[in-house]
Amino acid sequence: MISIKNVSKWYGNFQVLTDCTTEVKKGDVVVVCGPSGSGKSTLIKCVNALEPFQKGDIVVDGTSIADPSTNLPKIRSRVGMVFQHFELFPHLTITRNLALAQEKVLGRSKDEAMTKGLALLERVGLKDHAHKFPGQLSGGQQQRVAIARALAMDPIVMLFDEPTSALDPEMVNEVLDVMVELAQEGMTMMCVTHEMGFARKVAHRVIFMDKGHIVEDCAKEEFFGDLNSRSERARHFLSKILQH
Amino acid sequence: MQLDWSSIPRASNALWEGFQFSISLTAFAALAGIILGTLLAMARLSSIKPLSMIASGYVNIFRSTPLVIVIYWFYVVLPFIIGRPIGAEHSAYVTFAIFEAAYFCEIMRAGIQSIPKGQVYAGSALGFTYGQNMRYIILPQAFRNVVPLLLTQTIILFQDTSLVYVLGATDLFGAADKIAHRDNTLLEMYVTVAVIYFVISFFLSRLVKHLHSKIAIIR
Repeated sequence: MISIKNVSKWYGNFQVLTDCTTEVKKGDVVVVCGPSGSGKSTLIKCVNALEPFQKGDIVVDGTSIADPSTNLPKIRSRVGMVFQHFELFPHLTITRNLALAQEKVLGRSKDEAMTKGLALLERVGLKDHAHKFPGQLSGGQQQRVAIARALAMDPIVMLFDEPTSALDPEMVNEVLDVMVELAQEGMTMMCVTHEMGFARKVAHRVIFMDKGHIVEDCAKEEFFGDLNSRSERARHFLSKILQH
Repeated sequence: MQLDWSSIPRASNALWEGFQFSISLTAFAALAGIILGTLLAMARLSSIKPLSMIASGYVNIFRSTPLVIVIYWFYVVLPFIIGRPIGAEHSAYVTFAIFEAAYFCEIMRAGIQSIPKGQVYAGSALGFTYGQNMRYIILPQAFRNVVPLLLTQTIILFQDTSLVYVLGATDLFGAADKIAHRDNTLLEMYVTVAVIYFVISFFLSRLVKHLHSKIAIIR
């Protein structure tokens, strides 16, 4: 589904990604973790070309992202993305947030887009908030709407870029619950997150990044099962976030 | 000194006509200036270098040139471009739209830059093209953020339209000036139009405050 091949990226002289290679197969749930500044958010933004990269290629569902002739908006419309800061459109109601891209990008009718949006809103438990504006919802509620907005496009894969790190602790679970449900339904997911509970529960693979390199890329059982055979950097990182 | 206010009511018809021209010139220049200014702002922020250089050249030229010179300059040059005399009024419409666009461009640019990058990402991630992203996501928010500035600029524009009297165009001030010289009531006329400009401008600036609280986005 997503094949990342030898991707390198620089900001000026500073190299943020070095020769990153990995793959996300259909139905896979892959968790990407690592210390801040390790390049994990940058890598996931490269997948739908929100960030350009200078070397290597990423192939999404058979389409090369690096190929200049690729219609990027089209491929992006099939890849759902959830952001750290939700990024709902503050000037539009929740229903319009859900329907706009369906109408303008996929060409769905107003009714169709509305019906689909409301069904997804019900699924994330926010049907009563349909006519509010994003600013009237809590962070957790906004993030659930953001997930529903991405799902409304019928994506073939979902990317999550630290979806819970901007949330108050008591709101983390309502968002993770939606994500777990999605994973259990077989959605292909690539998640940048520090929620190791989520990783243990639903991930198939865990990728650990440090300083722009993919340091670990292995099955969940292997990753959590045998910490001693992990790289020193990964052990150090995990010892910091797993001790609580 | 004896002031004679009796000629003011008699002049009201001419003043009214001048006033209508001032208002329609202001409205047209504001509308056309905002549209053109928005396009210029997008060009200025474009990653295509020649485009952004042309736009910033445009803005710098008009912002560094006194309006009264631009008014004369267009009045002289426009007939050559279109091949026939254009008249003071039409020349004024074109001049103000083009001149004001430079100022509205800077306001819209600030507005566009005030929108967090994440919003652009979110729109792009949903599959919006650059144009759709601008139209549905960025510009509506940018516009709301700068409405007070746009209206404030429009108030300045309204006052600046009085400069078209140099072309002999009959705007509010031009009408007053003509009558003042004819009836030798300079002070009375100038006071009267000053009061009119003040009332309109003051009313508009109150409207700015009112609108600002009405259309602000809930965050």
